Amino acid sequence: MRYIVKYIRPFFGYIAVTLCIKFIASIMELLIPSILATIIDDIVPTGDRGAIFLWGGAMAACALTALLGNVIANRMAAKSSGSITEHIRHDLFCKITFLSARQLDGFTIPSAVSRLTTDTYNLNQMFARMQRLGVRGPILLIGGMIITMIMDPGLTMVLLLTLPVIALLVYVVTKKSVPLYTKQQSILDHMVRVVQENITGARVIKALSKTSYEQKRYDQVNNELADMEQHAGNIMAVTNPGSTLILNIGLTLVVAVGAFRMNAGQTSPGVIIAFLNYFTIILNAMLGITRIFVMCSKGEASAKRVTEVLTTAPDLIVTSSDAEPSPKDNAHIVFDHVSFSYEKVKANINDLSFSLKHGQTLGIIGATGSGKSTIINLLMRFYDVDSGRILIDGKDIRTIPTEELQKKFGVVFQNDFLFADTIEENIRYFRTLSDDEIDDAAQTAQAAEFIRTVGMDYHVSARGNNLSGGQKQRLLIARALAAHPEILILDDASSALDYKTDAVLRRELAHRHFGTTSIIVAQRISSIKGADAILVLEGGNVIGYGTHDELMKTCPIYQEIAESQMGTAEEAESNG
Amino acid sequence: MAEKRMQKKKKTYLIGRLWHYLSRHKLLIVFALLCMFTSNILALFGPKLSGNAIDAMGIGAGDVDFPKVFYYVGLMLVFYIVSGVLSYILSLLMIRLSRHVIYEMRKDVFNKLSILPVGFFDRYQTGDIISVISYDIDTVNQSFSNDLLQVLQSIVIVVFSLVMMLSIAPVLVLVFAVTIPLSIVFTKFITTRVRPLFRNRSKKLGELNGFVEEMIGGQKTTKAYGQEQQVIDRFDRKNKEAVSAYNKAEYYGTLTGPSVNFINNLSLVFVSVFGALMYLNGSIGLGNISSFVQYSRKFSGPINEIANIIGELQSAFAAAERVFRLMDEMPETPDAEGAAVLSDVYGEVTAEHVSFGYVPQKTIIHDFSMRAKKGSLVAIVGPTGAGKTTIINLLMRFYDVDSGAIYVDDHNIQEITRSSLRGAYSMVLQDTWLFYGTIFENIAYGKENATTEEVIEAAKAAKIHDYIESLPQGYQTVLSDNGINISKGQKQLLTIARAMLLDCNMLILDEATSNVDTRTEQQIQAAMRELMRNKTCFVIAHRLSTIKNADNILVIRDGDIEEQGTHEELMAKNGFYAKLYYAQFETY
Repeated sequence: MRYIVKYIRPFFGYIAVTLCIKFIASIMELLIPSILATIIDDIVPTGDRGAIFLWGGAMAACALTALLGNVIANRMAAKSSGSITEHIRHDLFCKITFLSARQLDGFTIPSAVSRLTTDTYNLNQMFARMQRLGVRGPILLIGGMIITMIMDPGLTMVLLLTLPVIALLVYVVTKKSVPLYTKQQSILDHMVRVVQENITGARVIKALSKTSYEQKRYDQVNNELADMEQHAGNIMAVTNPGSTLILNIGLTLVVAVGAFRMNAGQTSPGVIIAFLNYFTIILNAMLGITRIFVMCSKGEASAKRVTEVLTTAPDLIVTSSDAEPSPKDNAHIVFDHVSFSYEKVKANINDLSFSLKHGQTLGIIGATGSGKSTIINLLMRFYDVDSGRILIDGKDIRTIPTEELQKKFGVVFQNDFLFADTIEENIRYFRTLSDDEIDDAAQTAQAAEFIRTVGMDYHVSARGNNLSGGQKQRLLIARALAAHPEILILDDASSALDYKTDAVLRRELAHRHFGTTSIIVAQRISSIKGADAILVLEGGNVIGYGTHDELMKTCPIYQEIAESQMGTAEEAESNG
Repeated sequence: MAEKRMQKKKKTYLIGRLWHYLSRHKLLIVFALLCMFTSNILALFGPKLSGNAIDAMGIGAGDVDFPKVFYYVGLMLVFYIVSGVLSYILSLLMIRLSRHVIYEMRKDVFNKLSILPVGFFDRYQTGDIISVISYDIDTVNQSFSNDLLQVLQSIVIVVFSLVMMLSIAPVLVLVFAVTIPLSIVFTKFITTRVRPLFRNRSKKLGELNGFVEEMIGGQKTTKAYGQEQQVIDRFDRKNKEAVSAYNKAEYYGTLTGPSVNFINNLSLVFVSVFGALMYLNGSIGLGNISSFVQYSRKFSGPINEIANIIGELQSAFAAAERVFRLMDEMPETPDAEGAAVLSDVYGEVTAEHVSFGYVPQKTIIHDFSMRAKKGSLVAIVGPTGAGKTTIINLLMRFYDVDSGAIYVDDHNIQEITRSSLRGAYSMVLQDTWLFYGTIFENIAYGKENATTEEVIEAAKAAKIHDYIESLPQGYQTVLSDNGINISKGQKQLLTIARAMLLDCNMLILDEATSNVDTRTEQQIQAAMRELMRNKTCFVIAHRLSTIKNADNILVIRDGDIEEQGTHEELMAKNGFYAKLYYAQFETY
């Protein structure tokens, strides 16, 4: 919360003015019932009609001032809290954008998203309501009490008696219902999950004739949820009738006690009438203040979640290079005894070394979870190596400024993403690229044909849901190629392409991007068969390294893979 | 005008359908109405009683008529307490009612979902369907159990307050000739002005959320291209739009509270001034002024409240429409009358002159015939997106053919029950589908009462047993989104194990091993062959080793069957299949 104050500080002056206006408006509201008392007790006995109109006019003036003041103050509050939220959101988004992959893993993406959306929204609500109700509530409460105290201290005691009862009621109900709501939320999640499973698994469920089983499964969670909602609702339902009852009992007591005091000549009917009005105002203010507390605790939780991200210290710092770059034999990319583990428990990459010259192609193949994508993550410095080092043109990548490092790559990740915008913008990806460069890249990536049928302006829906798997991959490859990168990385980027398109793509790449150093992660031998070197991985260890022909002789696992995919080599030759 | 009438008709229709849910609980509703009525009337007597008590106090010291005062105070206490209790009972009744309504609506929607054809789920996004079953139903329920009650309650309060005020001082009621039109004008202004602004506010906020979700999900890509600043600029634009939409909505939205208070205060002013004047004329007592003031507050309260409720009802109608639209989706056509149950399947599948299209005018399979003998292997090949799964959809009757027929063992599949037809196939699909539950439950899903031994046997055959055993909880490990780290390949193996457990004579594999790396696939090949033995198999595959041995290869292109035959026949033909085949050996 204290960190968030930083964002409020520039608006201190503005907020102070808002609060002053709010203060005046609240006081005006408070004066109205006491004027009523004055009219009844002081003016009416004199029979002065002119004075009645005068005081009535004063009441109307108070009401009007209260209206104007409240509207102006509310608008100012909305404006300042909007601006504060805008700043927080901006900083938060920047921060998240620059978080390292490991840090984002720590927060998880859904949580980062909800911090940016739900939490900043909660903060916005809190800022605005605090300004609107934070002054009005206490002023109506305290001011009301002071005025009633002056009017009649005896009757005020009745008021003071009922306040703690209401506070206690609200406190107990809130305390009881909050855990119930948390529980209800988790049952709701469960229900949503069952529905989701039934939607995504519609084919399987129908194929296995499990429809009635699923209906029973759903019915169970549906019942559970409905019960929980009823239970939580029953407890929450106490608040409204409860506080109304206490208020009404208070009113009754005011009348009863008022009777005694009237009898003793300590009070007047006008005061009792005004009191009944104040009573309602004060108790409503009291309820308002308890609501502010609930809101604050919610806001506080959000502030904490936002601050947590904002105060994360940057890692992956670029160190200054002390050693001179030592490019040995034109090596472009060098992995030098690299080891790495995500969880720091079991090595995901173990003592990996290889060297790649300018313009060469490296193929990587291996089982699921063997560390293929990890190599990419390390090379692009999404994570730092635990030991060993990675060199590009002889320079340790930890000494290369982030921007300069990033510029070198064109990449398609496994499950890379397309966003809701035109095809052109998806290829461009915010970079300044000429139309020719984009067309060219689309051509090479074998995307030109389908783009021609739908147009460059075709609107891709979120995550590319309106494109087929093959079309998505072709767009992503075009994106990777568009800026003519120094290093091209394709991580399982052609798995959805049929063999034929894949082959044409590889041929085009070789022609048009001659000189680009490439790293291709693949499951199909045919995709990497022509590479200058192929890395065979298993469990983070290298179990084979060499060209296709070499590996066919030396690496039994590679042979196994090759045979399973292509039949025997001779057969292929004779057919081809 | 015609549109307006349509709107009205639609609303009446919606209310009719909603009433269908409420009408099952008539008794509950009658009780609730009774409680509401009594509780409100009792509470509304309060101001009158307190006024009477004040009148009984006289004006000077020592004038107080204590027995009378206590009589009224006692009545007030009783009335208020009974009213409070009744209003709590009312809440309980309403919660009970809404529990039943919401439960039944959710159930109806879900049961509908389970009989919808699979095509429905291809057309609609999962998120949309889920928001209907959770958010929309909730909105409808909230609105119709609470808001409608509130409206009724408001009507009771307004009418009763008016009656009371008229009985106290008919002339003073004229005050409302000023404030009520003011309320109405203001309410109209707010509803026409503010609603579009609030709608815009939610829209902009939704856009911001969508953008954030997308871009944080793609953070790695943004980093890879060093485009953080551009993304941030875009975000700033969206952020600014959202904040400005918020401010615009608030600009008018913040009018509501102060204005309602102002109108209340204005009534108070008039009542005080004219009340005082009338008191001077001797036509009203002090106590009555007090009661009148309190009634006037109660009177104008609900009128403003109703403005809010109308807004909420509007959104509830929109939600109800979405719920009922889903309920009205066409289900799978029921099994034909007297449909036979397919049993003791031998496993011979024949298609005769089948034509089919997902959309009536767009036939994509024109004249497809084939014959798959028992134990034969039919491979379906073709480029991405060519429509290979269409054939599977027809075989399992996820869709019905437009003309022609498909036979299993000489039974036209239109004339047998869907469940028995589908039960005759085992199936492993490209999209692995696992649910939240233990590994054991997931494997045993297709076979009720599967024993532990059978499940382990199947897992062993699918080469996933060792992995499962390595988990701390073994077969009792719960598969959840953020629980154990299970790869796509392993998920695939689990679904293969599930299919292994089924004892069918026909098998469908839809690129079943596309996510398993080739080495693992190699290991399960033997098990797969075991699974396929003596079964009629339909396999969608990229891998040639499977395709080459097929007894019949269906080559699909642009949704239609371009060629069919054995590998040798098709190679000799030197057509589309041959082209596809050569492509895989090309290197660069």
